[in-house]
Parts: sequence; C-alpha cells; structure tokens
Amino acid sequence: MNLLQQFEKEQLEHLTENKVIPEFGPGDTVRIDVKVTEGTRERIQAYEGVCIARKNAGLNSSFTVRKISYGEGVERVFPLHSPNITITVIRRGAVRRAKLYYLRGLAGKKARIAEKVVRRTGADIAPAKPKKEAAPAPKVEAEAPEVKTEAAEAKTETPKETKSEE
Amino acid sequence: MRTGLIAEKVGMSRVLTDAGEHIPVTLLRVEDCQVVATCTEDKHGYNSVQLGVGKRKTKNVTKPMRGHFAKAKVEPKRKLAEFRVNQDALLSVGDTLSVEHFVEGQYVDVVGKSIGKGFAGAMKRHNFGGLRASHGVSVSHRSHGSTGQCQDPGKVFKGKKMAGHMGDARVTQQSLKIVLTDVEKGLIAIKGSVPGAKGSFVLIRDSEKKARPDGAPYPAGLLNAGKAAAEKVDASATAADTPAPAPEKETTPPPAEVKVDTQPVAETAAPEATEKKDGEE
Repeated sequence: MNLLQQFEKEQLEHLTENKVIPEFGPGDTVRIDVKVTEGTRERIQAYEGVCIARKNAGLNSSFTVRKISYGEGVERVFPLHSPNITITVIRRGAVRRAKLYYLRGLAGKKARIAEKVVRRTGADIAPAKPKKEAAPAPKVEAEAPEVKTEAAEAKTETPKETKSEE
Repeated sequence: MRTGLIAEKVGMSRVLTDAGEHIPVTLLRVEDCQVVATCTEDKHGYNSVQLGVGKRKTKNVTKPMRGHFAKAKVEPKRKLAEFRVNQDALLSVGDTLSVEHFVEGQYVDVVGKSIGKGFAGAMKRHNFGGLRASHGVSVSHRSHGSTGQCQDPGKVFKGKKMAGHMGDARVTQQSLKIVLTDVEKGLIAIKGSVPGAKGSFVLIRDSEKKARPDGAPYPAGLLNAGKAAAEKVDASATAADTPAPAPEKETTPPPAEVKVDTQPVAETAAPEATEKKDGEE
C-alpha cells in the first residue's frame, strides 16, 4: 500500500468511525437527509428518489439519486462518505443494470421499478424461529424461578416440534 | 526569513472536514530532510542553509559529492537545495527538519518543475482561440493567425506569443494553504495543486505575500528535541524571547559586530537554552 492509499484509508476510517452506511444499490429508493447551513442556522433537507448509479472508489465513492420534481427530472450526486448526509433505504428495487441511465429517457409508468423480493433461504428461517419463542420464555423465569429447569427444557423442545410440524 | 523544506510530491487526494467540506489536497512527503551545509555572511557573503532529502546508494554518488556528504557527516541525499535565511535562522549542519516546521493553516509558496508538454501550439501554450471551423478556413484551424502588421514595422516583434516548447520549467505557486501535517509519516497536505509530476521534488517556503503565523517554530521545526541543543542557540534564544516578526529586523547589524558576538555567545548560551527547553517540557 503506497502513501496515498494509506492516507485515504485513514481518512475513510475517520469518516466511518461512528456512522453506518446502509446497504443499497441502483434501483433502490432512498431518502437523503442533507444538512444545510444557512448563515448560522442549520437545518435538514430531505431528498428522496431512486438511486440510479453508484461509484465505488474508496474515499471518492459517490451515488446518484434521481427524482421527478414538479414534472422535471432532477439528479443529484452525493459523496457517499460526506458527514453532511444520512441515508435511509425506503424500498429495494429489482434491476438488472448497475447504472440505470435508461430511466432518463422514460417517464410515468415506464419509469417504474419492481420491488425486489428477498427470497428467504433455509439459513434465514432457522435462527428466526427460536428467537420468537425465546422472547416469552424469560417472563416465565421471572414469575417462577423454581420452574426454571422445566422452562428451559420446554424451550429446547418447542423448536423441534414446530420444525417437525412443518 | 527562515528555511523551507524539500518534499517529494506523492499525489493528490481529498480531505472531508467535519463540516462536510471537501478540500482537494496535494500530499507532499518530507523524508530525512537534513542540513548538509551552511553559508555564512562572514565566509560566503550571504546566509543560507543547504538541505538534502531522501536516500541514495553511496556507490551511485560521485566522489566529490561523497566528500561533501562526508564533511557534513550525513547519508548521501537524493536532492539538495539551498534556502536563503536570516542570520538568526541559520541551522547547524546535520540538523534534521520535521514537517512541524509548517503549521496547519499557514500559507506557503511551492516551487516545482512543471510537467513537460513538448512542442505545443499557440492554442495550448497561450490559450489562443484558433481559427474558425468553417467559412473558408482550410488546414489551419489551430494556428495562431497573424503575427504582426505590414511593411511598417516590417518585422515580428520580440516576445510574440507563438508555438514552442511548453512545460518542464521552474514554476512557483504562491500562497497555498497547509491543510494538515503528519509528523509520523512526514506528510504535508497542501490545498490545491502544486507544479510537478508525482515523485518529483518540490521546495516549500513560507509565503512571500502572507505573514508567517506566530505558531510556526522560528529558526526551524527540528525533528527531535535532543538535536535542538545542537542548533544555533543564540537564534533560538532570541526567537523564544521576542515575538516572531522581531528577529527579521535584527538582520541588519553591521557584520563586524556579528563576527565578534556570535561565536562566544553561542557557546555560552548553549547550556542555558537547553535548560530552558527542558524546563518547559
């Protein structure tokens, strides 16, 4: 790693220290809260639209958000690591391109993007079930500490039963 | 006037401030910047320090230069450069300078050798407009057009802007702001661009047009305090006692006096100054 890369890495670490950037990509509808300073006053301006492109380049990463404002298409490029913005993903979109520049030529119904359906895999389901059942279990423990062992046994048994039923 | 630094241009990057501002920066690295020789008013007629930077294999150094480095008892350097300084800003041979020499927010001038562009036309070299794309212009769309008048004066004036060699010349960029310094890596980040290619050497000096801030170390920002004792101590003593702008005025005393004064003062004042520094720490 040369000095320049090292410098950029440090900068990046400093910027991402107490900030989590959500996972999102082209096709996703995102809301960007931009900090705007007017004189001494600071306020937050929201900008919501479809992410049509992402540029992954370390410190220089950016993404483009497109929206239709009063019938006019507007695109804004945000630096991904800017401390001035907070990103929230509103809707995931199912797209087959990395850059959705074709949306510029489309309007109305044609410019829609289907919602991405996240398929649940076996790995997703398995840890999800015990979690649900684990929630009421502590209540039982609190009420009757003597029944602890029984409750614990029940806890271990229940997931098995539900699985077999399925 | 204090010394500058020699640095290697690493490349350009950006800095994002907490306020969300982007600052384009050029990274410069100062590696083993040492004083190799000095010139004094008495001996040479002017005061200056010669700095050396980088490392070079001894086998690749010419014999006369080897002798020059041996005299200073420093490793052979890749690049040497001389900086004119005031009498009280003279350093002793062997001192190592640190990037702390410059402070954040300070303005500096940077001298470099611009990237060579070869034989360039008038449009590229002097921002001429060229000729029209149509309306009868043939072949000469990028030419410079007329170069003068008629039979009177009957010649092309000297200095007429024309095509020719461009770049590969010494260029000074003035009043560049220092964004940050990193002592561990020896890095200086300067806002904007500086002349020269990546890997080339540039000279950084205090800005000619903007005053040096009070926080800047006066004779020079040396790397470690241990070596600070070896520095010309009378200079540091005056710098510590008086604010920064004052020493510049003191440069004009008649040389005869200086001859008598400097040497003994330096010897006697040496322990005092070191004690002072220890006390502060």
